[in-house]
Amino acid sequence: MDLNIVWFILIAVLFTGFFILEGFDYGVGILMLGKSQSERTQLIRAIGPVWDANEVWMITAGGASFAAFPHFYASMFSTFYLALFLMLLALIMRGVAFELRGKLDNSDWRNFWDGAIIFGSLVPALLWGVAMANLLRGLPIDSQMHYAGNFFDLLSPYALLAGIFFVLLFAFHGANFLSLKLADGRLLLDLQRKSKFLGIAAWLAYLLFVVASVFETDVMSKMTGVIIFASAMGVLSASWSFAREGKQKAAFITTTVTIAMTTVGLFVALFPRLMVSNLLPEWSLTIYNAASTPKTLFIMTIAAVILVPVVLIYQGWTYKIFKERVSGRG
Amino acid sequence: MDALILSRLQFAITTVYHFLFVPVTLGLSIFVALLETWYVTSGSYEERIKLKKLVKFFGTIFLINFSMGVVTGIVQEFHFGMNWSEYARFMGDIFGAPLALEALTAFFLESTFIGLWIFGWDRLSEKLHCLCIWIVAFGSNLSAFWILVANSFMQHPVGYEIEGGRAVMASFFDLVTNRYVLGEYSHALFAGITTGGFLVIIISAWKIATDEISREMFIRTLRRAVLFTFIGVMGVMGSGHLHTQYLATANPMKLSSLEALWETKDPAPFAIVADVNQAAGKNDFEIAVPKLFSFMLYNSFKGEVKGINELQREAMEKYGAGNYIPDVKGMFWSFRIMVGTGGLLLGIVFVMGVIAFFLRDSIKNFLCCFKLMPLLLPLPFIANSVGWYITEAGRQPWIVVGLQKTAAAVSPNLTSGEVWLTLIGFTAIYLFLAVLAVFAAVKFINRTKITEEE
Repeated sequence: MDLNIVWFILIAVLFTGFFILEGFDYGVGILMLGKSQSERTQLIRAIGPVWDANEVWMITAGGASFAAFPHFYASMFSTFYLALFLMLLALIMRGVAFELRGKLDNSDWRNFWDGAIIFGSLVPALLWGVAMANLLRGLPIDSQMHYAGNFFDLLSPYALLAGIFFVLLFAFHGANFLSLKLADGRLLLDLQRKSKFLGIAAWLAYLLFVVASVFETDVMSKMTGVIIFASAMGVLSASWSFAREGKQKAAFITTTVTIAMTTVGLFVALFPRLMVSNLLPEWSLTIYNAASTPKTLFIMTIAAVILVPVVLIYQGWTYKIFKERVSGRG
Repeated sequence: MDALILSRLQFAITTVYHFLFVPVTLGLSIFVALLETWYVTSGSYEERIKLKKLVKFFGTIFLINFSMGVVTGIVQEFHFGMNWSEYARFMGDIFGAPLALEALTAFFLESTFIGLWIFGWDRLSEKLHCLCIWIVAFGSNLSAFWILVANSFMQHPVGYEIEGGRAVMASFFDLVTNRYVLGEYSHALFAGITTGGFLVIIISAWKIATDEISREMFIRTLRRAVLFTFIGVMGVMGSGHLHTQYLATANPMKLSSLEALWETKDPAPFAIVADVNQAAGKNDFEIAVPKLFSFMLYNSFKGEVKGINELQREAMEKYGAGNYIPDVKGMFWSFRIMVGTGGLLLGIVFVMGVIAFFLRDSIKNFLCCFKLMPLLLPLPFIANSVGWYITEAGRQPWIVVGLQKTAAAVSPNLTSGEVWLTLIGFTAIYLFLAVLAVFAAVKFINRTKITEEE
């Protein structure tokens, strides 16, 4: 196995970590919709200590793409220019909102920042779905790896479907996370009710996404991806019944597995490509034509092999410290 | 305006805005860590209550600032790919590594332990909690190191080869031990200490003047902040001086531009003021001290300094026809503003030190002046901003000196309309959030009292 493949796997691992961890943060943000202000406070408390470190998974995925596959980083980020602009606005608002929300004892002030958190969770969740779908479906990438389309080419029905799928999956994942973190019985009941709907909606969106992928992408040429997606759907349906039965831990673990499998499935379907060109298959970015030199890959491999486990240990420790349920008081 | 100039403007705005917060993070994280160490190691009960409140007070200001730094930092990372895709392609093999290492070694540390610090007051032992903020301070300053490793390569490339039309890493060790890093990093670190410390001075002075109940405690933070900032200012001057000397070998064009020295001279004079005429390649008017520039560079009143015009001829021989002269007027005046502001800061710190340490008993006489101190707050931020202007404008027309020109680095798929949209969008949100963050911080500062009540 050459280092290019190692790094393809590592990038997939980083995106998996990102989607699992920020997945429930985004989900919690989305679930703040329609809640009262005091309820929203509790929701925010559930992710307060961890959201920032979870977001670093995205930053690391970006930085690692830059280091290992510079052309992938360059093409992806310039292609998704306006989409990323929108995502950055959303993430800027969300990040500042967590900090400033509680600084003033004023209801309008808090409402405003809550709106920013909802917006800042919904938009990135949607756009990451759009982005992943576009990588797989293919974009007008020319022989020089430059994007030859415009913003609206990114918004095909298939990509938007994937975006909605991500939103629903993350919302369900977030609901399962909250069911483990909240203490308020009334909120928990409400979550359980919501989970019934969110679980089925996420599952249906998944089904549509897989069916659409069969027509819109070349997943069928390599069955492994489809098999992974199908199994992930099985796990998701299990999660749905766990959530309904109030088996909170099992429900959360199974949505975590669903997201992990989905991300792996996407990367398996992409492999060995990183970004598909729909102008000419040879113009696609692959783990070879987009990569850094073996030397850089080697240095970064050593760094990643040492550092990623260390990060996992201390980040995991944080979750242990904050394992208690949060309440409306204190 | 085309996508290139707009992208440059956007990057400049984001960088300067990001770097309003970064130095505060670098310095204030250390200061808060010192404060908490003081709290953890102090004895009496009443004292501890007040110290804990002080830690939380400056901690909160730190956090507001920190969040602004974090969110703009993400924009920075994304910009390299969004607006500068050809730069990312050309440089990725070298530039990506420190960026990824920054995330792996520093961002994870900062973000994880800041969460523990904010929410861990009742869950962690005092010492462990104090360790968390030290780790945050370490992580922040480590992240500055990695990004300056990356930036230093752009100013002074080392340890690379050109292979298949791009720069590839020949030695990671050379990249990290680039002599340029030492100058940039020490200068940025001390600038951070200065900025963070000066912020504490201003806030303490304001609280001393306006909040009688809390006065005692803020006199004590004022004293500590004065010492802290003094170390910062001395360090920033020393590192700046050494780095400027080093520029004589590392980047003579940048050096001569910030002195507006057009013709080669031995010994070279130092222009205090000059009316720079970039088009004509000379100064229309200048007041200069003979030999001083040579002395500052070589510690001797002898020594040749190459002028901009000669360096331009040399560059044309080496790289082909083109204009290799940066914005001399901007460089010249930015440098003077930076150095002048530094001197002013030193003076202010000195005066505040005299008051805090020697005129402690008659501090009431100074309250009206203390009340006006917030007007001085922009000083370190101005110095930081023009400092980056010198660093980044001083390498133009290159994005990586000698290897890639800025004009060749911009993403070719962008239209000027797209960049206009993002430029306006980012700038608007930056201004909007700055207003809200400052508003929240001021409200918080004014409302918080440091008393013995729990």
